[in-house]
Amino acid sequence: MAAYDLSLRVWRGDSDSGDLQDYTVGVEEGMVVLDALHRLQQTQAPDLAVRWNCKAGKCGSCSAEVNGRPRLTCMTRLNLFAPTDTVTVTPLRTFPVIRDLVTDVSYNYEKAAQVPAFAPGAPAGDDGHHRMKQSDVDRVQEFRTCIECFLCQTVCHVIRDHEENKPVFAGPRLMIRYAELEMHPLDTHDRRDLLRGRAGIGYCNITKCCTEVCPEHISITDNAIIPLKERVVDTAYDPITRLGNRILRRRR
Amino acid sequence: MSTSERHTYDVVVIGAGGAGLRAALEAHEQGARVAVVCKSLLGKAHTVMAEGGIAAAMGNVWPEDNWQTHFRDTMRGGKMLNQWQMARIHAEEAPARVWELEEWGAVFDRTPDGRILQRDFGGHRFARLAHVGDRTGLELIRTLQNRLISKRIDVFMECTVLRLLTVPGAADRPGAGRASDEPEALSAPARERSSARVAGRIAGAFAYWRESGTFVRFDAPAVVLATGGIGKSYQVTSNSWEYTGDGHALALWAGAALMDMEFVQFHPTGMVWPPSVKGILVTEGVRGDGGVLLNSEGRRFMFDYIPPVFAAETADSEEEADRWYTDKKTARRPPELLPRDEVARAINAEIKAGRGSPHGGVHLDIASRRDPEYIRRRLPSMYHQFTELADVDITREPMEVGPTCHYVMGGIKVDPSTAAATVPGLFAAGECAAGMHGSNRLGGNSLSDLLVFGRRAGLHAARYAQSLPAHKRAVADDAQIDATAAAALAPFAAALTPGSAQAGTASAEGTASSAGGTTSARDSAGTSVSPSHPPENPYQLQNDIQDVMQRLVGIIRTESELVRALKEIETLRSRARHVAVVGHRQYNPGWHLALDLGSLLTVAECITTAALARRESRGGHTRDDYPSADPAFATLNHVLRLRDGRLVLTTEPLPAMPPELAALFEDAGAESRADRGAPAGGKGS
Repeated sequence: MAAYDLSLRVWRGDSDSGDLQDYTVGVEEGMVVLDALHRLQQTQAPDLAVRWNCKAGKCGSCSAEVNGRPRLTCMTRLNLFAPTDTVTVTPLRTFPVIRDLVTDVSYNYEKAAQVPAFAPGAPAGDDGHHRMKQSDVDRVQEFRTCIECFLCQTVCHVIRDHEENKPVFAGPRLMIRYAELEMHPLDTHDRRDLLRGRAGIGYCNITKCCTEVCPEHISITDNAIIPLKERVVDTAYDPITRLGNRILRRRR
Repeated sequence: MSTSERHTYDVVVIGAGGAGLRAALEAHEQGARVAVVCKSLLGKAHTVMAEGGIAAAMGNVWPEDNWQTHFRDTMRGGKMLNQWQMARIHAEEAPARVWELEEWGAVFDRTPDGRILQRDFGGHRFARLAHVGDRTGLELIRTLQNRLISKRIDVFMECTVLRLLTVPGAADRPGAGRASDEPEALSAPARERSSARVAGRIAGAFAYWRESGTFVRFDAPAVVLATGGIGKSYQVTSNSWEYTGDGHALALWAGAALMDMEFVQFHPTGMVWPPSVKGILVTEGVRGDGGVLLNSEGRRFMFDYIPPVFAAETADSEEEADRWYTDKKTARRPPELLPRDEVARAINAEIKAGRGSPHGGVHLDIASRRDPEYIRRRLPSMYHQFTELADVDITREPMEVGPTCHYVMGGIKVDPSTAAATVPGLFAAGECAAGMHGSNRLGGNSLSDLLVFGRRAGLHAARYAQSLPAHKRAVADDAQIDATAAAALAPFAAALTPGSAQAGTASAEGTASSAGGTTSARDSAGTSVSPSHPPENPYQLQNDIQDVMQRLVGIIRTESELVRALKEIETLRSRARHVAVVGHRQYNPGWHLALDLGSLLTVAECITTAALARRESRGGHTRDDYPSADPAFATLNHVLRLRDGRLVLTTEPLPAMPPELAALFEDAGAESRADRGAPAGGKGS
């Protein structure tokens, strides 16, 4: 693939108004969508607002929707598209636009603040330090590869077009945060009530869109949300457990 | 005038990477009111890019390991130019900092018996790096971030600090970090240095919100700088856009001293192809886990570049080097795991000699040496990075790699124990602080540095602030605020030349207020738009700064080029006075970059000035005209300050090491073999 002129269509605007604007940007082999946006910034639109940091798929800052699909623009190669294709870049739809491709992602930070902190038990080792088997932390480590790009949050239909669900649903990113803590061998908190209540795990109807867009290939639905749902169901809805709880409560 | 938003804290931490977050947590723990101010969103700081691990002599894999050995490795890696007190504190405290992270929720890879696993890295005698695959930095930052959130510490995200606020020195200044010989007055300040008013003491910081472009003022007696490095002053770098040397510049302008600025680490292995990813880091873990460097002839060339000082502990045959991965008792380390400065120079030399790979690097091969399953498990993000960005499957073919600007050893001169800078109330930790790594940093010592000295900076900043009762806390005069605000808005006064910008309209919004600024206000960071000079594009200026540094102040330096670099930096500085931005103040990257240019120019001048003065080669500073280390420079640090608006370089003697530590370095080679308990049948001679 040699150098060519890319037709780039970028949403420009702010919280009041905005629309798609067409640009032609010279691009070369190996470039990613973020490179094209940077070139646009350097040559034609110096005030184009784009959020980015590492440009290596590790920080999760440069999320946007490319031809309608949520992606990290730094990891989206232009050779994914034909040179004649128009590449359209729009801001993450689930979050309010600040300007151009930059959105207000504070929803995610608010939800994160509601998660009770990690609370480890006493160390098992005679040296005063913890012991954990690798096999016991493998699944926790999968969740901890999350780079907080919020692509799973933007694609999740529970909140994507339903502003009213945001107060009652934490979203896939936070579900794996809960899962990571719930499945941590050392953690002593029980977050199941919280999951059922404030985090709203029941809203998820496992369409797996989040898993599909995850740039870290975390099996969000299968490995985190479904096991969490099972745990919640076991305590909250299992008839025998409920009966037992009722009897115990009566005794108390 | 410029701001209505104003906050008061005990400690303001600038930067939300590992050092900043650790400092904030500690200051909070001490009962101080703390704010973290950072340029990006929380959790996106450059620390997430750290791959290999955290160096700490926990002895989980090699019980023989101890802080003395770690100390020794660190000092030798730094070519003995480190502040020994810092290297000692670091080696002693690093294990506790790692265990503490585990207590806070970090999930490190495990040994078979359930302890924290440690991996091999360049320059470390034992497998010493606590890690999580090749994404250790992410684990570190997420752990600290979650704890910060749970402690409800205030975070000002996407908020860039323009100036530190100071007040003239007072007689009753508390002890930490006394400024010894700062000038009493500065006149006719030049350009971005003008706010280097007399080093009094810290009174806060002045910043702008990236989102809205409005200003915000922090009143605080203590400021911790944890702003990271300077990589964006070079073209090929592993660093993100944030690494513009802000902390270095803010400290210098506030009257503090910088040290060791000539020492810049070029990581030996950055990606070289395709061009758009040039510089992105390839972790040293690839070599730690068995990868080797090959030239175009297929030769493992590192055997040709073993320096005498490391010869005794480096393998001299491929057989021995390969055996080392499983047999550390009788085999010595592969030369691929020499300290980074050695490897980077070797790669540079091979490429120059015409034995490079097709795209101007060398080959890094792990595919032919480890099975695919192992590679994917140990190096998942490298696998991912090369598949996605370069169409290279690292389990099947070698990577192409070359040196990339990665880290600056130099930085703000600090007290080894308290992390206090030379201005009272100012503290610094992490990459923006100097002294810990000497002339070259060992891999893995950065994350441990962040934790050890981040904590100390937070601790001592809190104590300092708490030692000042409310009525003794100084409040900066409004003139500083007004001058800085006016200068920051000046770039709006000019539109870009027609043709160079179509989008957005040049708006004079907010610039009217700058008209009444004082002389110093106009000089400070500012733009004076004159009709005779065409407006300058900030992107072009940044590009030109990077070009000068890459071409003239890169891996290999020489006097004539350094002198030319200084001249070109001066030219760039005068061009930067005419920088102009289009659009308005709301989330405007062109404007943000225009405001970063001052820091970039300042650090560029600092690096070049110090590099010119050091007429020898040592660690991250290689001079073509003085190719070897010179004993005369072996005990000197270069210290930079602003005096009368000019950069002044002085030399300061390195503190002498006490005899019991100095003894660690006697007969290093023989000792290293004895320590490892190697049978005599090994490589004895």
